Amino acid sequence: MAKLGLESPSRRAFLGGTGALVVAVALPLKSLAQSGAAKVLAGEAGAQSFAPNAFVRIATDDTVTVLIKHIEFGQGPFTGLATLVAEELDADWAQIRAEHAPADATLYANAAFGPIQGTGGSTAMAVSYELMRKAGAAARVMLVAAAAKAWSVPPAEITVAKGVVAHEATGRSSGFGALAEAAAQEAPPAEPALKTPDRFVYIGKDMPKLDTGGKLDGSALFTLDVYRDGMLTAVVAHPDKLGAKVASVDETAARAVPGVVDVKTLGSGVAVYAETTFAALKGRRALAVAWDETGAETRSSAEIAAAAQEAARGRGALAREAGSVDEAFKGEGTILQAEYLFPYLAHAPMEPLDAVIARSEDGIEAWMGSQIQTLDQGTIAAVCGVEPAKVAIHTMLAGGSFGRRAQPTSHLAAEAAQAFMAAGGTRPVKLMWTREDDIRGGYYRPLMAHRLRGLVAPDGAILAWEQVIAGQSFLAGSPFEGMVQNGIDPTMVEGASDLHYAIPNLHVSVHTLPSPVTTLWWRSVGHTHTGYAVETFLDELLERGGKDPVEGRLALLAEEPRLAGVLSRAAEIAGWGRAPGEGRAFGVAAVHSFNSYVAQIAEVSIEGGVPRVHRVWCAVDCGLAVNPNVVAAQMEGGIGYGLGAMLFDEITLEAGGAVRQSNFHDYRSLRIGEMPEVEVAIVPSTENPTGVGEPGVPPIAPAVANAMRRLTGRTPRRLPVVAAV
Amino acid sequence: MVVSLSVNGEAVEVDADPDTPLLWVLRDHLRLTGTKFGCGIAQCGACTVHLNGQPRRACVTPLGSLDGYDVTTIEGLKGPEADAVRAAWTALDTPQCGYCQSGQIMTAAALLAAVPSPGDGDIDAALAGNICRCATYVRIRKAVKTAAAALKG
Amino acid sequence: MRRTACLVALATLLALAACGEKKEEAKVPEGPLEVLGLKTVAAFSAIADPAERSAALFGEMAKVIAHPRCLNCHPRGDTPTQGESMRPHEPPVARGANGHGPPGMMCSTCHGATNVAFAGSPGSIPGHPHWGLAPLEMAWAGVPAAEICAQIKDPSRNGGRTLEALVEHMGKDSLVGWGWEPGEGRAPAPGDQATFGALVAAWVETGAHCPAP
Repeated sequence: MAKLGLESPSRRAFLGGTGALVVAVALPLKSLAQSGAAKVLAGEAGAQSFAPNAFVRIATDDTVTVLIKHIEFGQGPFTGLATLVAEELDADWAQIRAEHAPADATLYANAAFGPIQGTGGSTAMAVSYELMRKAGAAARVMLVAAAAKAWSVPPAEITVAKGVVAHEATGRSSGFGALAEAAAQEAPPAEPALKTPDRFVYIGKDMPKLDTGGKLDGSALFTLDVYRDGMLTAVVAHPDKLGAKVASVDETAARAVPGVVDVKTLGSGVAVYAETTFAALKGRRALAVAWDETGAETRSSAEIAAAAQEAARGRGALAREAGSVDEAFKGEGTILQAEYLFPYLAHAPMEPLDAVIARSEDGIEAWMGSQIQTLDQGTIAAVCGVEPAKVAIHTMLAGGSFGRRAQPTSHLAAEAAQAFMAAGGTRPVKLMWTREDDIRGGYYRPLMAHRLRGLVAPDGAILAWEQVIAGQSFLAGSPFEGMVQNGIDPTMVEGASDLHYAIPNLHVSVHTLPSPVTTLWWRSVGHTHTGYAVETFLDELLERGGKDPVEGRLALLAEEPRLAGVLSRAAEIAGWGRAPGEGRAFGVAAVHSFNSYVAQIAEVSIEGGVPRVHRVWCAVDCGLAVNPNVVAAQMEGGIGYGLGAMLFDEITLEAGGAVRQSNFHDYRSLRIGEMPEVEVAIVPSTENPTGVGEPGVPPIAPAVANAMRRLTGRTPRRLPVVAAV
Repeated sequence: MVVSLSVNGEAVEVDADPDTPLLWVLRDHLRLTGTKFGCGIAQCGACTVHLNGQPRRACVTPLGSLDGYDVTTIEGLKGPEADAVRAAWTALDTPQCGYCQSGQIMTAAALLAAVPSPGDGDIDAALAGNICRCATYVRIRKAVKTAAAALKG
Repeated sequence: MRRTACLVALATLLALAACGEKKEEAKVPEGPLEVLGLKTVAAFSAIADPAERSAALFGEMAKVIAHPRCLNCHPRGDTPTQGESMRPHEPPVARGANGHGPPGMMCSTCHGATNVAFAGSPGSIPGHPHWGLAPLEMAWAGVPAAEICAQIKDPSRNGGRTLEALVEHMGKDSLVGWGWEPGEGRAPAPGDQATFGALVAAWVETGAHCPAP
């Protein structure tokens, strides 16, 4: 068992952090960069140059540590990216370790983001597939070269398998560790050859996850688990109304709480610092803060919703047009119209936001579940008055994110750094958000309204589709504003403006409605609402046209073989066409998001007015499935996450603008008894891998809603379902 | 106030505000960080420990109520049920982010100690208070059954 | 915690004293006509007919009995409710074999021996050493007062209590008393346990008549 007492585990735990490049022997990054290694893969990430061995570290004890440039919060990059290296290195799986790479955009930029290190958009595997394999292959070539020299044999005669470098003719063999130092002297190969898929040993197999063990005995370290000598814990009193600022503070009672050390006003609220978490929490409750609501949202969410719905009744900025819906609607047939309303949603990751900031010998150290390291690094640097390169971020395992930690504004890093500096910038500070801060603290999936109009011809063909979307843009005004084009935030219309169904007349437009309520991407982003509106409305049009939900969709997907493929596969494993259980109905939905394709079929009944989802059949095409078990887990998790939100979740602002919900009792999470059985089929593919973190989410809500319509005759037009029932 | 209790089999004396929740005693004072903070109001189960062998939410358990009690945390969870649960969790690679899993495992081990062959209803009832935002529930259910089968041998 | 325990003990003592007094003076009740929203026995002295007075006393008792503090754990089904609106208990919990929850998720997994204020937010989690669900035969939620009255008098549906034992239980039991000490964030039942206990005693003395259905 763990040792008791006040000994801080932090020192021991973090010895293996970024300093380890010095500690560990082998393939030192600097020498490689000087020898030109940085140019080896220069073509891979555009203008960014990087050295392959920034990703691999081989120690004399034979362990191979793969540095993971993406944050691990359950979606599997530790295992997935390490698998790529292990494959081309021909390592033994037992010698593979994974740890977060340091924050360094010159080495670890996400090719999909430009010169920024970060995780999001389900890109980790897609942007790493060749990069990490080449890193492993390069290391293998260097080990082989070192062995060839040591044994005076031709490199071509040397084999590598399961972590053993061998020369059959002479009977010589070695582990990686013994060759590491010599290998480090070798010139890295310019273009290491990669295996053809038929030779894969690990890719495509269910390799055991590298981060499981520590999550079963309490040894895995999250940000909240970081304790530094002399550390203060800080909690911040935030306003009830989003956008309000501190007007005045009476801190007398807070300071009187034993253990409270200081109280400081920050840009975001009032920080209470204490020797213990409990004292900080008590101190915060004793604060009396008056808020300046000048810039706050003071409308209720009902008013915001009414404004969005009103806006959606007229067309907005054009996002996509094909044919002419106006002409088409004059034709024969039935016009259907529907209005949808989607609430603000909190992400509510299990670990609320947190960060630890401390002074290092020559700069600042930060421990946090940083999802966009480069922005967090720059923000901390600016607040603390040091160069970004002097800010070392230890990316920690994070207790979920679902988008919450990917902050274009770096608001958490900013608050933590401000808290650190405001307290004097000497003692380490752990900033901790409580669940109430998390639920009430904004950065929600925006409230969105949709209006759809469709025309079904007398022969059942869908001839026209008009969709108006109204809501808030979280890209506008952020460092990602460049994504906004022609006044249209693509994350508001994705899934609608690129409608995959062959409908000849199409018109999609968007209204961008500003509000002081802070909003953010939420697992699967725009598809959280467009997927629902499109897939439920299409289902109704198909029904009106007398079409089967699966056959009708397939007929419109002739040009979309991969989406059609997952739909067919889901129908196959669900046994589509058979009768559902007594009192139950099937519903189907298929959504293409983040370059992956997912179709789901749900079997649903209504019990006491509340839908019960018994079983879900899910088919996914994410290109080559590097780790099928992780892919399946992400589908299961995406289904649970999407289902919980659809059934229960809504952030509401009361009259005056204060957030009503505060914790899991009124912001319900799906619980185990509400989780359906899930069967996942992975459609075989030779395409390069694409993401799975988000694409499992969008189809579940419309699939369930379509089943509900078969049971009740009505599509839920506003979510969540349980509050709306 | 000094409170004497046993944590993972070792006698400890903790001198702190008696209102301090056990959760923060374990984390801040004893540096046993496997027990997690998720909600602070007994809604999520991330802070589940065993108190005299029974599952208990540490976030609503004041230190002052613990004199003479035995506390077991994820770091100290031992025995056949614990071994079976960890083995099953490993076999299915159950955790995703992992933050809730200490609590899930504490509850699952307690369930198996009381109900050797739990059905879906038993599992859902026992774990109803343990939220997993990653929704690893399908695997948790399977893993509990796998562990139960292994315990029967 | 200790302070709360003392308060409970004090309340019990007061209840004892109050019951004693009221019993002696039952025929000429004095004192206030209402305590914290609950009418006292004195308020019913104008009703001459004992049976009528008895039924009226029960009607007053029902203000307590049918209060969410009591009904939330006297549900008709297998799951308790919560709060003033009596919404389903969150997290979802089940009765279990003995009313104290199933293995792994007992009432005592969350509820301790006393009310505990939340560390970081307003509110508290209620507690009592015997925290649990009332047996199904004592289900009161959604039951009209007349039927609850019949239930309460029936030893097969009141835990095998005589009317005298019922007076004792209602007036002195500390779990009943929790209804007036419900912890931060919950409205107490009307009145106090002493006033309620006196009502129960007076109701029994007047023949324990039930209101018309």
